[in-house]
Amino acid sequence: MEKEKYKKLTEKFSPKENKVKNMVVAFIIGGLIGLLGQILITIYSSFDGISINEAGSLMMVTIIFLSCLFTALGFFDNWVSKAGAGLFVPISGFAHATTSSALEYKKEGLVFGIGSNIFKLSGSVILYGVVSAYIFGIIRFLFFGG
Amino acid sequence: MIYFNAFIFSGIVCLIGQIILDNTKLMPGHITSLFVVIGAALDTFAIYDFFVEKFGAGAMVCITSFGHLLIHGALAKAHADGILGLFTGMFSLTAAGITATIIFAFIFTLIFKAKD
Repeated sequence: MEKEKYKKLTEKFSPKENKVKNMVVAFIIGGLIGLLGQILITIYSSFDGISINEAGSLMMVTIIFLSCLFTALGFFDNWVSKAGAGLFVPISGFAHATTSSALEYKKEGLVFGIGSNIFKLSGSVILYGVVSAYIFGIIRFLFFGG
Repeated sequence: MIYFNAFIFSGIVCLIGQIILDNTKLMPGHITSLFVVIGAALDTFAIYDFFVEKFGAGAMVCITSFGHLLIHGALAKAHADGILGLFTGMFSLTAAGITATIIFAFIFTLIFKAKD
């Protein structure tokens, strides 16, 4: 009985099976976020006076709002550890990283806690985004004429 | 059809992220940074514009679109104002995302406590 239980447990946590399962979960969750974004764009752009570009920005703000809220409420960490790349590759991961590092350092004060650490996890995205965009921008501007 | 395309594209990008996460020593932070650089690189040759046109929100929600928007804003401004535009236009398109993240993260951090 004990051995069978153990076998079942090891089977459940064997790396190969887990990898396939992780991939499927990441694909479905990530896909659902893309689908949610598209639905939000359709809804927002159906309102009067909202262009498709503005609807796109509103969609991003909505997803960021939801991920920040869910992170602050405490259950988004659990989702991220289960869904893996499905949740941290979309923009929700950026919002999650920002909010969770701000929450973690809240006890150290407003300035040296939240202020200094809010971009502790997500700052690298901004840094390497800006640096690479600048370098690629110069290349395109100089060699391809903008 | 655009709904299906959006699902497939963001699903595949997340799938690639998951494969990198499971098979290398890279952490989520490395992967998101890498994806931003890839997004900026793809936009250098206007490939990412094609993705956005074809896959809609699927291409917009992925972190790769952050790199795409950074270089897109910078180049649009550089086109109008010369090389200084690379500095002034860098955040022109991503402003909504960054501002929303800062504002919401700050407000919710003030309201809620860390769960441990």
